[in-house]
Amino acid sequence: MRSERTVDVLVVGAGPAGLATAARLADAGEVEVLEREARAGGIPRHCHHGGFGQRTGPQYVRKLTGEAARAGARLRTSVTVTGWAGPLTLDTTSAQGLERITARAVVLATGARERPRSARLVPGSRPAGVFTTGELQQTVHLHGRSPGTRAVVIGAEPVAYSAVRTLLGAGVEIAAMITGLPRHQAAVTDAADTRLRRRVPLLTDATVAELLGRERLSGIVVRHADGRRAVIACDTVVFTGDFVPDHELARRGGVLLDPGTRGPAVDSAFRTAEPGVFAAGNLLHGAEPALYAAREGGLAAAAVLRHLEGAPWPAEQIPVRTEDPLGWVAPQRITPGGPPPPYGRFLLRTTRFLVRPHLVVHQDGRILHRQRLAHTAVPNRSFAVSGSWVGAVDPRGGTVIFTAEQRSI
Amino acid sequence: MTVTTAGELPDGTYDVVVVGAGVVGTAIARELARHPLRTAVVEAANDVGDATSKANTAILHTGFDAVPGSLESRLVREGQRRLAAYATESGIPVEPVGALLVAWDEEQRAALPALAEKAGRNGCPDARIIGADEVYRREPHLGPGALAALDVPGESIICPWTTTLSYATQAVRAGVDLHLNCRLHDVSRTPDGEGDGHSLRTSRGTVRTRYLVNAAGLHSDTVDRALGHDDFTVTPRRGQLIVFDKFARDLVRHILLPVPTALGKGVLVAPTVYGNVLLGPTAEDLDDKAATGSTAGGIAVLREKGRRIVPGLIDEEVTAVYAGLRAATEHDDFQIRAHPGQRYITVGGIRSTGLTASMAIAAYVTELLAGAGLGLGEPRDLEPVRMPNLGEAFPRPYQRAELIAADPEYGVLVCHCERVTRGEIRDALAGPVPPGSLDGLRRRTRARGGRCQGFYCGAEVRELFDERAEVQRG
Repeated sequence: MRSERTVDVLVVGAGPAGLATAARLADAGEVEVLEREARAGGIPRHCHHGGFGQRTGPQYVRKLTGEAARAGARLRTSVTVTGWAGPLTLDTTSAQGLERITARAVVLATGARERPRSARLVPGSRPAGVFTTGELQQTVHLHGRSPGTRAVVIGAEPVAYSAVRTLLGAGVEIAAMITGLPRHQAAVTDAADTRLRRRVPLLTDATVAELLGRERLSGIVVRHADGRRAVIACDTVVFTGDFVPDHELARRGGVLLDPGTRGPAVDSAFRTAEPGVFAAGNLLHGAEPALYAAREGGLAAAAVLRHLEGAPWPAEQIPVRTEDPLGWVAPQRITPGGPPPPYGRFLLRTTRFLVRPHLVVHQDGRILHRQRLAHTAVPNRSFAVSGSWVGAVDPRGGTVIFTAEQRSI
Repeated sequence: MTVTTAGELPDGTYDVVVVGAGVVGTAIARELARHPLRTAVVEAANDVGDATSKANTAILHTGFDAVPGSLESRLVREGQRRLAAYATESGIPVEPVGALLVAWDEEQRAALPALAEKAGRNGCPDARIIGADEVYRREPHLGPGALAALDVPGESIICPWTTTLSYATQAVRAGVDLHLNCRLHDVSRTPDGEGDGHSLRTSRGTVRTRYLVNAAGLHSDTVDRALGHDDFTVTPRRGQLIVFDKFARDLVRHILLPVPTALGKGVLVAPTVYGNVLLGPTAEDLDDKAATGSTAGGIAVLREKGRRIVPGLIDEEVTAVYAGLRAATEHDDFQIRAHPGQRYITVGGIRSTGLTASMAIAAYVTELLAGAGLGLGEPRDLEPVRMPNLGEAFPRPYQRAELIAADPEYGVLVCHCERVTRGEIRDALAGPVPPGSLDGLRRRTRARGGRCQGFYCGAEVRELFDERAEVQRG
């Protein structure tokens, strides 16, 4: 009862990365993009604000879907990939029934999501009125519904300020923003505008100790670093940021994951440890801006074309990892003789604010690269480190390690 | 077929009113529905199974560790047989995974022979002690230090939500009235000349009944006192639980129980029929019958214990933390008593074994009602019910080509983490006992219950729920 067929390339996920991959695979033969939502576009489809080049999220989605369609890709929505039936074979469910599709290359572009309240182990009751930014924006922008009347926003990374704009636009009063870090982690202009002009206070070094209320949220208990507790009355709380790759399909397929990003570990050509399986976009690294995810998709497409032309899958790869206070690095594999990392750079995240840190890359005690960052490394935001040294990596050597030497604040 | 959620209650006198629509109250209503009686259930919440029944450890017990000779022991054993058969007939997911009661020190190992002997007296002759080698062979992800275990093959996991809903559905279809949002304020004798019975004043007006069954769970002692009895006091015992995401399911094959102590049965690790893993419960005696919040301390204790039992568990994503209140009393047994002179049956002190015992409790309470003078009339077989499958061990709609071919709505996934289709959500909203909230919809479908907690589907599920509510309001 499961219909079977084959294609050349199967892309899972029609967000910016998946669509951009498809848009550059016009020469790859039969390309199919599977999207489980009713509409393509991923996160930008409910981002009704700028920041997508000169476009809003939905405008950007129209551009990407148009490009993928013009490249000849078949874009199918409301089709869910439910699992693997072979190394390059996926099972799907849709209104048309069950299918089993085998491809010559599979590109995983399933994106990232914000960790909800439960995964953050926030104690208290389980009332209505508890959101992530994703659910909030869909509620307001896709369904035209009011989320509540008075909100607290958890987090102060860029997405938190998107949540603030969505809430204010929906007429919701914002009691406070709360971050466990000593400062916001967004653009200075956003943070200043929100605090000064929109008069939304930001509580730093503070955490949510408890949610209150029975059927509907009635307030939250905030705990400050010195142990003080206070109740903030609100009927809505939005847990923002703390993105994790939506890696279920990758993990079910036995694709090796990186312990730092929790997305698939890939080399500079977006190749996972499984031959023929590529991964691109925010599945690889929490959340980068949509334009970055799309650029990765384009680069991944070039690697997919080389694979279809018969380029061998690398057998030997050198793992790359970070040490505290760095949180993760991407890509996490260096293929000797392989292409340089995307745009010649590695992406990194820190878990603490680091003022102009010295970054050191070494392998087996040998320093490969040393670089002083010209700015402060901010948690929840990536920074780039040059990858010009990858040619110097010993192909028979051990793990390449990124460390930061810094003054921390 | 009547479920009411608002407005005045009907005139006239019921033969029996059951107070409380938990797993016990709905089981009693279902049993009474087999007889030509006018029966109603009054429930304070907006849904069935919305208090203690929704937040238990979801185990279909053998009763291997009950106090032999107690009422609980008898009803658990009988209830286990009845519910296992009923689950098969009704499509309630059950997985016979078996339990291992693991000894982590010499003292605990020394306690195993007595537990094995007790299990034998409780009708579990196949319970046996196994050594550490076999324990680790059968449970390879168990943490280090296990010395031995009592293997209890008969223990199963079950869906508690579908069980309660199945009872309620069958009862309502057979003519029982279910009055939700109907909080009992007080009980009085019906004035002379209006028949001998009870007049119940509720938040939705007064309702009369000849016989009264108190299945009010946490509030059963309050109702009992309103009838003039002082037989037991309910001390809510909070149990906090952590639910881990699907990837944790591969780490656990059995229900992993600790050796019980005087403080309770302890913290267990168990698979769920939804493909998750449960860690808990804590056991905290409280005064507040509404304290269903989790606490930082409780979560920390559970994570510490979980790390020892199955170390890999703690690295997996948590999909839910919740707390339930068990209706513990000062007695070591169920508190089920008939007061024939008052035409009143108390069903109190029903602990976590109440899910397993529910059908046997219902049969027993029906006998007690007959003994108190209620003419039951000729019983009839109820129309069988087939509940939507929420279990991973059985095909779910998204996996069923024939179902999708007949109705494509079963091929459109709305909740991706739990793989819930639009067809299932539509069915639940239009069901005979529809959900009163998004949480009620989750208990009927699993929608919004997964790792993303609504990041992807929350807004759409709410839209579907609100649309239905708006249609119903006209």
